Amino acid sequence: MADHAVVADDEVDLSRRKFLTTATIATGAVGVAFAAVPFIESWNPSERARAEGEPVLLDLTKIEPGQMATPIWRKTPIYVVRRTRDMLARIAGHDSELKDPNSENSDQPPYAMNTQRSRTGEFLVLIGICTHLGCLPKQRFAAGELYPSWPGGFHCPCHGSRFDLAGRVFNGSPASTNLRVPRYSYPNPGTLLIGEDEKGVV
Amino acid sequence: MAVKIATGAPAPLPTGVVAEPAKKGFWVWLNKRLPVEEFITTQMTGYLAPKNFNVWYFFGSLALAVLVLQLLSGIYLTMFYKVGAATSFDSVEYIMREVDYGWLIRYLHSTGASAFFIVVYLHMYRALLYGSYRAPRELLWLIGMAVYLALMAEAFMGYVLPWGNMSFWGAQVIVNLFGTIPGIGPGLVEWIRGDYAIADATLDRFFAMHVALLPLALILLVVLHLAALHEVGSNNPDGIEIKEKVGRDGKPLDGIPFHPYYTVKDIFGVGVFAVLFAIVLFFVPTLGGLFLESPNFEPANPLSTPEHIAPVWYFTPYYAILRAVPDQRLGALLLLLSVAAFLFLPWLDRSPVKSMRYKGWMSRTALALFTVSFIALGYLGLQPAEGLYVVLARIFTAIYFLFFLLMPFYTRLDPVKPVPERVTYHAH
Repeated sequence: MADHAVVADDEVDLSRRKFLTTATIATGAVGVAFAAVPFIESWNPSERARAEGEPVLLDLTKIEPGQMATPIWRKTPIYVVRRTRDMLARIAGHDSELKDPNSENSDQPPYAMNTQRSRTGEFLVLIGICTHLGCLPKQRFAAGELYPSWPGGFHCPCHGSRFDLAGRVFNGSPASTNLRVPRYSYPNPGTLLIGEDEKGVV
Repeated sequence: MAVKIATGAPAPLPTGVVAEPAKKGFWVWLNKRLPVEEFITTQMTGYLAPKNFNVWYFFGSLALAVLVLQLLSGIYLTMFYKVGAATSFDSVEYIMREVDYGWLIRYLHSTGASAFFIVVYLHMYRALLYGSYRAPRELLWLIGMAVYLALMAEAFMGYVLPWGNMSFWGAQVIVNLFGTIPGIGPGLVEWIRGDYAIADATLDRFFAMHVALLPLALILLVVLHLAALHEVGSNNPDGIEIKEKVGRDGKPLDGIPFHPYYTVKDIFGVGVFAVLFAIVLFFVPTLGGLFLESPNFEPANPLSTPEHIAPVWYFTPYYAILRAVPDQRLGALLLLLSVAAFLFLPWLDRSPVKSMRYKGWMSRTALALFTVSFIALGYLGLQPAEGLYVVLARIFTAIYFLFFLLMPFYTRLDPVKPVPERVTYHAH
């Protein structure tokens, strides 16, 4: 019977109970954190989506000078522009109007971190998604097409971002960085491989 | 029995405590097992609300009515809708053209979405007018804001489900907002989409969120909102705490039982609302592109951005703020802050009085300017972001934020009027 005697409140040792409560909560929290992992990971692109995101080939001989092809890579339009000598000349001369003329804050492989933002001057390869909020910029290649001093480039219809013929963003655009350049290579002179370069597959 | 019977004089009838006739049978059996009667007595017939409610006090019950409408019409839509990038658009057309009364169920749901925001905005505006967010109702206000945020997520994901072209590009723009978060942004966007672009995987998970997770969250939050309301009691147009003036029976002198007084009032409100709702539903369900936008009657096309992207009207004030900023990260941050600012109202308002009735010219001017800004931004968000529209959007964005930022100052300096002892009430 002595075991069941009423114990006064001040004699109860609550520190053990407190320790056990804290330990139980901590263990439970760790368990919940581990259990959350598969649910969170399930939202990643699936094996199928990743397989469908493999590199794609494009026949460059079919693009006329001054024209643009839009192959799809990773369900995203890629802008491939065959720039004429005149178009290449119109890339220069407006660096002061650009937010990031040397592409220091923009996303591109090292071989595209130059004025022309491409491996070779002739072909420009860009991810055709506005770096602002993801609309498709429209081609406005002719000089003066948007306003008299417009050197030609891309204009996003959603929020008005403007980019030049190297995909570099103009001041006053809501976008803050230049159009992104995917990793790409030329397996042979007339063929473009999007999504793979010397460093391997993206 | 949990019902307490006042000693002495017979209890007044409407407060719910009916002199107990010997009840028998099922009712007694039931109440011994489930406290139905206790709930009715404490939360309906014995729950006292201020007697001076006005027209602004219709919108809470209307929001509840619209929630029920959305749940019901939504459940029926899931019976015919086929989620998937290849099937969604066609199944919505199937509902509209081939399911008997499918058009009605779909338009009930799409009109209901806009109606939800109309009544919720008016419900929130009531709180701004009468200081309903002030102590002791801070938590009630915060739970209400959580309802509003869940509703925004619910509406956004619901808009993606028909997989029209505006669904696709709206999703693209909104999901890309998360990409502006420094560091984790790009990875987070890919995780939300489940693909390298908005795709089938995105649509499927938005469907799960829209029909299961978010409705459950909404219902839970609404229950919490009501529980918190019944704990602190309703505010009223005078901003006076009725619990501070009690009669000899310990009950507020200016309180009347929620049932039957306000149940009857609210049923009348639902009737008037139903008439207005039916006019839109049957005659102008798209409301000229405001409730359903025309690009959404074309299937999603990842290779063609609509010429002009605008969200549905209830998001346009925030969208205008986003577009007013010529920097993507700052724009996204201001968008977030413009919604989050409401959370801080209980602590920004330092006025000695709650209701706009007794606040002075400063608070009144500030609220008037804010109202104009919110509506103007809503209009500008529907317009293309160019020329004068951008300039105006920047001006109204500035006023919008100054309303919150300067509130601690103008509410303190404001020459307030004396608050009466009892609520203002004129018998009709």
